[in-house]
Order: sequence, then C-alpha cells, then structure tokens
Amino acid sequence: MAVGLANARIGRQLVLLLGAAAAAFLVYWIGFGADRPAVDDPNSFVYTLLDGISISAVYFIVASGFTLMFGLMRVVNMAHGSLFVLGAYVALTLQQHMVGVGSEEAVNSSDATFVNWVLPALAGAGVAAVVGLLIQQTLLRWNQGQDLRQALITIAVSIIAADQLLAHFGGIAKNMTWPNSLNDFVDFHVHGILYTRIKLFILALAIVIGAMLWIWLKRTRTGMVIRAGVDDRAMVSALGVNIQLVFAAAFLIGSALAGFGGAVWASQAGVAPGTDGSFLLHSLVVVIIGGMGSLGGAAVGSLLYGLVGTLAQAYLPGAYSSYSIIFTFMLLAVVLALRPTGLFGREA
Amino acid sequence: MRARAWGSGVLVLALLVVSPALVSEYTLTSVLTQALWLGLAASTMTFLSAYGGMVSLAQVGVYAVAGFTLANTVTTESSKGLNLGWNPWLSVLAGVVVATIFGTLIGAIGSRSTGIYFLMLTLIFGVIVNLFFGSVVELSGFSGISAVRTIGPVGDPVGDPARLFYVALVCCVVFYLLMRYLVRTPFGLTLQGIRDDPVRMSSLGYRVSLHRTVAFGFAAFVASFAGILFTWWNDQSIQPSSVGVERVLDLLVIAVIGGLGRIEGAWIGALFFTLIATNIQNYTVDIPLIGALGERFHTVLGLIFLVIVLVSPGGIVGLGESLVTRIRKSAPPTADAAPASG
Repeated sequence: MAVGLANARIGRQLVLLLGAAAAAFLVYWIGFGADRPAVDDPNSFVYTLLDGISISAVYFIVASGFTLMFGLMRVVNMAHGSLFVLGAYVALTLQQHMVGVGSEEAVNSSDATFVNWVLPALAGAGVAAVVGLLIQQTLLRWNQGQDLRQALITIAVSIIAADQLLAHFGGIAKNMTWPNSLNDFVDFHVHGILYTRIKLFILALAIVIGAMLWIWLKRTRTGMVIRAGVDDRAMVSALGVNIQLVFAAAFLIGSALAGFGGAVWASQAGVAPGTDGSFLLHSLVVVIIGGMGSLGGAAVGSLLYGLVGTLAQAYLPGAYSSYSIIFTFMLLAVVLALRPTGLFGREA
Repeated sequence: MRARAWGSGVLVLALLVVSPALVSEYTLTSVLTQALWLGLAASTMTFLSAYGGMVSLAQVGVYAVAGFTLANTVTTESSKGLNLGWNPWLSVLAGVVVATIFGTLIGAIGSRSTGIYFLMLTLIFGVIVNLFFGSVVELSGFSGISAVRTIGPVGDPVGDPARLFYVALVCCVVFYLLMRYLVRTPFGLTLQGIRDDPVRMSSLGYRVSLHRTVAFGFAAFVASFAGILFTWWNDQSIQPSSVGVERVLDLLVIAVIGGLGRIEGAWIGALFFTLIATNIQNYTVDIPLIGALGERFHTVLGLIFLVIVLVSPGGIVGLGESLVTRIRKSAPPTADAAPASG
C-alpha cells in the first residue's frame, strides 16, 4: 500500500522539491518572466512588498495574542477569531456613537478624529479582554492540560458567538473609519515612492506591540514567571508563584490583542460574518509556520504568510492569479516537512 | 451482548428500509437522507479519532474535492466549471480517486503532527479547499456548479427522493461494516497501537507516519462517497459556501454529539443534528439575550455541543449510558435486573 510514501523521508524530500520548484517559479516570474514586472516597474514591486508587510502586521497583532496563550497554557483558543470580531464590532459601534451617526452608516472620514479612533479601538480591545478572561475563568481553568477538550470547548464558544454576533450586528459588512489625519501619503524621497500613511501606521502599531510584548516577556518579573511557567508549570507553582494569576494575565493580554486587531481590520477592510473564521485561520497558519508559543515565530510566520500570499496574488500570470491560495498551502507543507513543530517551535 | 448488538443493528436497518413509505418526502430528504450522508462523513472523523487518535477537521475539505471533481467532470451545460460531460459512473470514480489522493497527501503532510497540531493543520487544509474553489472561477467560483447529473440508480433526487435515500443507505452500511472490519485487521490493530503509544510502536519497527497516512487516505476514500451523495442531495449542485468553515464545525459537532469513540455514533449525531435543524423554526419562543429560538439554530447547537463537551466525552450515547448505569446502581437489585456489566 502507498508504495510511494513508504519512506517518510522520500515524502519529505518530494514536498521540499515541490516547494523549491514553486518558490523558484515565483522568483523567476517576478524577476525575469514574460513581462518582468519587478524589473520593469520596481515601484509597483515595492508597493506590493509594502502591502505584504502591512497585512503581515495585522496578522502579527492577532497571532501574537494567540501564541501567547498557547505558549503558557497550552490552550488553543479556537474562539480567538470571535474575540477579534467582537472587538471590531464594539469599536465600530462606539465610534458611530461618538461621532453621532446611525448604526447602519459608516462614519464619514472627515468626522473621524484621532481620539474617535483610538478610544473605540481600546474599548474594543478591553471588551474582548474581559470576555476572553471570562471564557478562561469559567470554561478553561478547571480542565488545564486537556488540550483537545479545551479546543472543543472554545470551538463551541465560537459557534455560539458567531450566531449571536450575526443576530446583533446583521449579515452586512461593517466598517470603522480611520482618523482623517492618516488619510494621506508619505513621501519616501526614494525613486518617487509615495505610500499610504494608514498602512505605515498599522506597521508601526505591530512593531510597537511586538516590542512591548518582547520587553514584557524578557525584561519584567511577570515575563520571567511566564517564561518559567512555559518550561515547568509545576515547579513555578511550587516556588510559591500564583500561576493562576499569571495565566489570567496572559489570557487577558492575548484576548485584548485579538480585539485590538479586530478594530484595525474593521478600519482597513471591514468585518462581516465569516471574518471570525478567516482570522482564526490566519492565526493558525501563522503560528503553525512560526511555531506555537514563540513571539519571534509569530513575527516570522506573519511575514512569510503575508508576503507569500500578496506576492503570489500580484505576480502570478493574470489568468492564474486566483490560484495564489496554492502557495499558502505549499508554504505550510514545506515548513511542516522541515519542522513539524514550526520554524521556532519546540516539542509540546 | 454481541448477538444483541447485531439484533438492534438489523432492527434499525429494517426500520430504515421501510421508512420511505412511512414519512413524508420532505422528512425523508431533509432528515433521513441528510443524516445518512452527514453521518457517513462524520463517521470518517470518528474512525480517525477513535482508532488513529487523530481529530481531523479536513473531512469536509476532502468530500468537497470529491463533489467538485464530480461536478466538473459530469456536467454538460452548467454555467460554471469544466463541463466535461463524462459518463456519471466515470465521474464518480474520478471524484473518489482525486479525493483519496488529496486525502493521502494531507495525511502525509500531517502524519508527523499529532493532537492539537493535527486539529489545527487539518482545519487549515479543509478551509483552503473552500477558498480554492471559491476563487478559481475555472473550476467553480463563488456561485458553484449546478445541474450535476446522477448515476442510473439514483435517478432524479427531487422527483423520487427514495432512490437517493436507498443508495445512501447502502453506502453507509457497506462502509460501516468495512470500517468495523478494518479495525480488526493487523493494519487496524497497529493503528490502535500507534494511537496509544507512537514512540513504542516506532521502536518496535512499525512505520508510524505511514500507518497514519494510509488511515487518513482510507478515511478520505470513505468521505469522498459522502461528498458525492451530498452533491446529489444538495439539489444536484455544490458551492464553496456549502462546504465552508461552518460546515466543518457542523461535522465536528455531529461527531462529538455522537461520541468520538464509536463509529455508529456518527449517524446518531447526524440524525440529532438534522432533526433539530428541520424542526427548530417551529419554536418561536423569544428567549432573553439569545433571541428568537427558531432563528438561532447555531446558538442552540453550540450550547448543546458545549454541554456535551463539558459533561460527556462519550457524546449523547455516552450520556444516556451513564444515566442508565447510574439509575441501575441506585435502584435496588431485582431478580430480572442483571448487573450492567454485560
């Protein structure tokens, strides 16, 4: 049976070969293909690259929360997408209230001030954080260590949440509005490159969040306890640390990041039923590529995932651009063939 | 006990065989036929979980591949797809072969991951299939493919739904028996050994990832038939939205409600699911916070799922069994109440 796959190593090499071929094809096409898009129009290549990086930034904000929860508690929070959408809906509803428009219309760009964006976004993050903490305290705290059961519990929560959000916010896509002051272009003064300030703002947000998380985890006492908890939960507990408090903090922060990411995405592209599922998916892809529980892995995973998707979509020959999803599949297959626990992951 | 199990199996089968004469066409199609193909799809999930220790969320993706392959090769005048116009039997074969190959490929990629990693990975693959067919207009596009022709025995599923029901029933019985047989073969026993202790099996010389891959390929083979039945059942059409992430979760709910430890539970879960799905709109009670009950099918389903996951790992059958055991324990022993050990 399955002679071709009789040797796992052959299978792995096959996947690697296919992946290398796909990557080589993509590079060839962008650089030297029929119309040499990257060489003939370097500016558009830079824009595509920047677009890829800015979408990676959104992925990172969401996935860093996901990976934080997993790293410490081995909880795969399948309701992460629901927290994301919850944050988005709370933020955009609050923005509508602050500006004073009805719930059916988007806020006019000229009415959106910086405060009108930041406060709702933080409120969205706050509500998501509280709900996430409630889920952890009521449903997950007492069955620590049963990872599959916890995943199923959070899936149940996500099913209920999706239906309830549909009931309360309807099936039509809703948008939040970026502050008007961000609606212009930044001149790079290099080769005449102008780029939207909004996407650079998203990138800056991701960098700030990443840096803060890094400092928190590596340079503070709480972070030290968290890292110790990742390595040996029982020992940390025995040393007199209230590990439950640390768990709660990690869940709070992780959920807040999901909610904040939701507000960013609601402003950038809007939310609708189904957005929860797709962002759960994005988070899963990122952490599987990067390795569960690793902050650096989340950053690298987001970049790879965002760039591969954007470049494939932009530079596949016209008739085939809809096939770009295949490259995501290939990326996953190659990474898993090389390292089953992700690039920076460790054995669970 | 064995004889009793066979007896109840035959009884259920007999009931099912006569059911088209007993129920309305609507009930037959929406409740029974749907429960059969959903159960068949969910049973592959249960099979992988119970005997391979792999909870796979890719089964919907696999059966979607079978359905879309069938739809692309069999149609002649659909507005979308390749419209190859093959003989329906050949198209069914193509669907099964392509889905089995796809499943084996996923199995090979995922075979070194286990537990929660496997769950996440298969969810991603399942959804990628949906995104692929949603974005590739040559093969389907958003609106999907309709006018999928059926094979002779199935005929016209709308005009004569009983025939599709019987074909589905035969598929379910055959594959149920096949799965029950497979787990007793040396392959099945090895698979269970790997489920319990992969490291030990590996050091005994068994090829762990090969066995996992083959098991996954077999489950994909069975699931592909569910996909073909689904395509005919679904007004002879298939759309990316009908095999999306919501469907993935529905199938998981079915498998868990039926109990992830027993293959036949999948059909019990599926029947439970279709009964709620078809009857819930009759309840117009307005529950505070939740909303009108009849319109909130997935809230109700999610709550049931949550309760099952929280209190009963054996699913709804396990819940019933533990209740019976508890009642028997608490009741004073009588002459005819044998201990519940048999």
